[in-house]
Amino acid sequence: MSKMSDFMGWVDHRIPLTATFEKHMSKYYAPKNFNFWYFFGVFAFLMLANQILTGVWLTMSFTPTAEEAFASVEYIMRDVEMGWLIRYMHSTGASFFFIVIYMHMFRGLMYGSYQKPRELIWIFGMAIYLMLMAEAFMGYVLPWGQMSYWGAQVIISLFSAIPIVGDDLVTWIKGDFLISGITLNRFFALHVIALPLVIVALVFLHIVALHEVGSNNPDGVDIKKYKDEEGRPLDGVPFHPYYTVHDLVGIVVFLFVFCFVIFFWPEGNGYFLEHANFEEANGLKTPAHIAPVWYFGAYYTILRVVPDKLFGVILMGAAIAILFVLPWLDRSPVKSWRYKGWISRINLVLFALFFILLTWLGTQPATGVYAKLGMVGTVVYFGWFLTLPFISAREKTKPVPERVTH
Amino acid sequence: MSNDGVNNGRRRFLIATTAVGGGIGAVGVAVPFVKSWNPSEKAKAAGAPAKADISKVEPGSMIVVEWRGKPVYVVRRTDEVIGLLEGLADELKDPNNTVTSQQPAYANNIFRSRKEDLVVVEGVCTHLGCAPKYFPEVKPQAFQDNWKGGFYCPCHGSRFDLSGRVLKGSPAGKNLRIPPYSYVDENTLIIGVDEENS
Repeated sequence: MSKMSDFMGWVDHRIPLTATFEKHMSKYYAPKNFNFWYFFGVFAFLMLANQILTGVWLTMSFTPTAEEAFASVEYIMRDVEMGWLIRYMHSTGASFFFIVIYMHMFRGLMYGSYQKPRELIWIFGMAIYLMLMAEAFMGYVLPWGQMSYWGAQVIISLFSAIPIVGDDLVTWIKGDFLISGITLNRFFALHVIALPLVIVALVFLHIVALHEVGSNNPDGVDIKKYKDEEGRPLDGVPFHPYYTVHDLVGIVVFLFVFCFVIFFWPEGNGYFLEHANFEEANGLKTPAHIAPVWYFGAYYTILRVVPDKLFGVILMGAAIAILFVLPWLDRSPVKSWRYKGWISRINLVLFALFFILLTWLGTQPATGVYAKLGMVGTVVYFGWFLTLPFISAREKTKPVPERVTH
Repeated sequence: MSNDGVNNGRRRFLIATTAVGGGIGAVGVAVPFVKSWNPSEKAKAAGAPAKADISKVEPGSMIVVEWRGKPVYVVRRTDEVIGLLEGLADELKDPNNTVTSQQPAYANNIFRSRKEDLVVVEGVCTHLGCAPKYFPEVKPQAFQDNWKGGFYCPCHGSRFDLSGRVLKGSPAGKNLRIPPYSYVDENTLIIGVDEENS
């Protein structure tokens, strides 16, 4: 025995290193027909690592007080060596994180990756999405610009719609009678410690649940049905080295795009960093046009279509909550949209297009034709979920192949 | 009931009582964490009254005074607008100020103020807290054709008249809040103090 295997033997007697590596990497069989859409899970992991790494570095120069937060971000951008790059990696990284997450979720919708037995993977995923929204919102408050302040004002005020306890709850969240340095300081704590811990824990559960049942694939075929003599799925390949190397290629391409945007288009024309946020917070003056960052746009549009505070908040909450029950709304006998009927396929495309429309509308003023489009979009959004049980249960599906196709 | 000398009933009872005891303890431990989020003594103390010189507030104009970190709008209404306020009742969600927490007793009238012309109102939209914008002119606006003067919130389009009363069709439900205030003398206003000449 070589020294190396002696050492590994010593370790494996004390912690299941080799066994864990085999279970999750070198003997984890993933379907061999993964396509382009299967890159986004890995990209999400990459963006999480990016946010944590750059975030830790940003805390080294950031001051979480109302008096100094804005100036400390300017300090990072101008005086800290390479500070501008680390800050843009983080702020533009947040938008990329959401792009990746939305693509990852759409993949799940196309191929029925939320269906039995993967309901818990979907629910953990949605919990991650929800926590990411909270994390992104609190992060956006930290630079203490005008959008930070008024965005926080609007979002926290949503809780005042709750009958009876609403107003007290809002004061409790703010820790003050208005959005102040106290609010900023506690959001900093939540943003850099509490929520990242929760998100990492949820990602762990998401992966554990995935590896327990195995990955879905574009055909929605169960690859464990046909195995060779040694019990390895015929349509699977070990995640390592096949998909690790395969994903590295995708990561290189993705990083080219990411770097290009960081270097040449970091503010994304006011979509990644809004123009109003380059002005310091002023509690006496709301900017003429206030809008959330693009990734909250769809829900913000749904909030605004209702001219009633409580009902608007309920509808927005419902728009997020309904995603969690999706596995029980889809009653189709097949997973992948490749084998569902044409109504399902057209509906999913429409749903995705209207989600993009709602997202864009959320960044625009809610007047005239935009307000009307918002209503149409909201009806389509909920309509997709509410008609899904009937359409999926009744429509004629195509026969699913026994083995994966390419 | 018993199995290999194990008393299952007793075991279940002990597990249940321990769980309940532990649960009560966990709730107790949560108390300091929840309470520490309440406004601190420092935050509570930062509520000093704000004085404003109103001698230069001409009819139709507005000044913004900061009180407890919030914008307070001080508007001197024109006679034209004062005449319109009474006839607005049909367009308002709450023309009679039924939500008593939104104004002190002395502002519970159609002017929602101590004096007919001068209105003092918190510039905090009762929908989601933005600062509404001042549109005093009686003329058609992009957001309403028959606009009779008032405040328009840029965030979600809530509309209020020049008494701060919310118009129908707004996402906001309550009238704008009137802070406690009083006159120190003819030209000086104090916001945050109820009694006159204090």
